[in-house]
Amino acid sequence: MTVALRPTSLSEALDALGANGAVAVAGCTDLMVVDHAPARAHATVVDLSRLPELRGVREDSGGLWIGAATTFAELRESKLVRERFPIVAEMAGTIGALQIQNRATVGGNIANASPAGDSLPVWMALDAEVEIAGRSGSRRVPYDEMHRAYRETALAPGELIVGLRLPAADEALEQRFRKVGTRAAQAISKVVVALAARVHGDELHGLRIAAGSVAPTPVRLRAAEALVEGQPLTPDLAAAAGLAAAREVTPIDDVRSTADYRRFVLARTVRRMLLACQGGEA
Amino acid sequence: MTTWNVRVNGREVSVEAPPMARVLDVLRESLGLTGSKEGCGEGECGSCTVLLDGRPTCACLVPIFQVEGRELCTVEGVAGTELDPLQRVMIEAGGVQCGACTPGIVVSLRALLDRDPRPTRAAVRESIAGNLCRCTGYERILRAVEELVGSEEADA
Ligand SMILES: Cc1cc2nc3c(=O)[nH]c(=O)nc-3n(C[C@H](O)[C@H](O)[C@H](O)COP(=O)(O)OP(=O)(O)OC[C@H]3O[C@@H](n4cnc5c(N)ncnc54)[C@H](O)[C@@H]3O)c2cc1C
Ligand code: FES
Ligand code: FES
Repeated sequence: MTVALRPTSLSEALDALGANGAVAVAGCTDLMVVDHAPARAHATVVDLSRLPELRGVREDSGGLWIGAATTFAELRESKLVRERFPIVAEMAGTIGALQIQNRATVGGNIANASPAGDSLPVWMALDAEVEIAGRSGSRRVPYDEMHRAYRETALAPGELIVGLRLPAADEALEQRFRKVGTRAAQAISKVVVALAARVHGDELHGLRIAAGSVAPTPVRLRAAEALVEGQPLTPDLAAAAGLAAAREVTPIDDVRSTADYRRFVLARTVRRMLLACQGGEA
Repeated sequence: MTTWNVRVNGREVSVEAPPMARVLDVLRESLGLTGSKEGCGEGECGSCTVLLDGRPTCACLVPIFQVEGRELCTVEGVAGTELDPLQRVMIEAGGVQCGACTPGIVVSLRALLDRDPRPTRAAVRESIAGNLCRCTGYERILRAVEELVGSEEADA
């Protein structure tokens, strides 16, 4: 039978995870799904919900620190998050439905590493840094380097995500998020896009666009970014960037959508999000 | 087997179960609280919705060991000895048809109304967006809530 451990400190949790076959559990919204029922037969499960080191949302040198055990409901409710990073709150409100948001955690979403994970492009667009701890110490990984291959992250066995650092956002930071699914609640994304940039007149600077469900991992849309960066943003340029985005991704056909549809929707979504930065169509 | 201590519907209970047993099974099989239903078993349908420390949660996705020392409220706890006014209006407005979704919907709505006694229609809709109903088309459920809280406020 499974042994369930409920450590109350990070070091205790890391020690427990050193054991053979030990698995970390947070909100269990991925782990407890019936398809994964064998997961419930793990030798040891290590609960992360009581680790103070993984909890909370705080100010961090002008930016924000978000604990890995923070739930999406807590993100939505956080005044700091809503004020500084409205797209984080917006994204949190699109995860499953309230029952899921009340349990699902940021760390679980990242570690589960589904290509359709809705928070992942947001962290990427906001240039987050992931704080990781293991028994031999802790390190920081830029979000761009977090997802290595399909469902493969930069986490080594036994390591935990402790939290995320989001760099300071000023008033000029435009942030956009768009999730395309079959309905508002409980939909796995067909395409999900997040964008951040600073607006100078009719130009976007430091533009970062990231997308999910269009490749084996969440990806930066670098070709689209390069076209738009520092250029006067016209409707034609936005359209060209959308098409560049569609060309640089590698979506698949699956039960939720087709590769062609995903490319088509991505192109339009990117175009519209860019124009929305200038107060154009949303 | 391990013994878990949980507060269920205001009462302290001790129950034996393996740590990864689903709260839904413990409620239904060990505690005889069969109000919470299993629809999908994967968090999609909301028919197993219970409150965990006051927040709507899918009981099919919570292992019992994580609720040690915490508080659960099921539809049986909403009703008490008499029907909750919400349950009465649900029945009167035709918000209950086959009834499979009803316990989950009642729990979700009760949680909303406890937090916000005058919710907007959008808030009511969001509160049950994770509860699938195949029968009513939701309109009668929304009307039931409006009847309870006063329709003007609810439309605001
Ligand atoms: C009905 C339903 C709807 C959903 N809708 C969405 C949706 O709209 N968008 C979306 O993106 N996802 C969705 N999900 C998926 C899921 O809710 C999220 O991926 C969630 O964030 C997982 O977090 P958790 O805390 O529940 O993870 P758990 O299930 O507890 O864990 C998932 C994995 O992450 C590991 N893990 C957890 N925390 C850490 C940590 N701090 N460090 C290292 N590893 C860790 C665990 O070991 C496990 O491998 C949905 C799931 C369900 C059941
Ligand atoms: S049975 Fe739990 S959500 Fe469907
Ligand atoms: S009344 Fe039948 S599913 Fe809702």
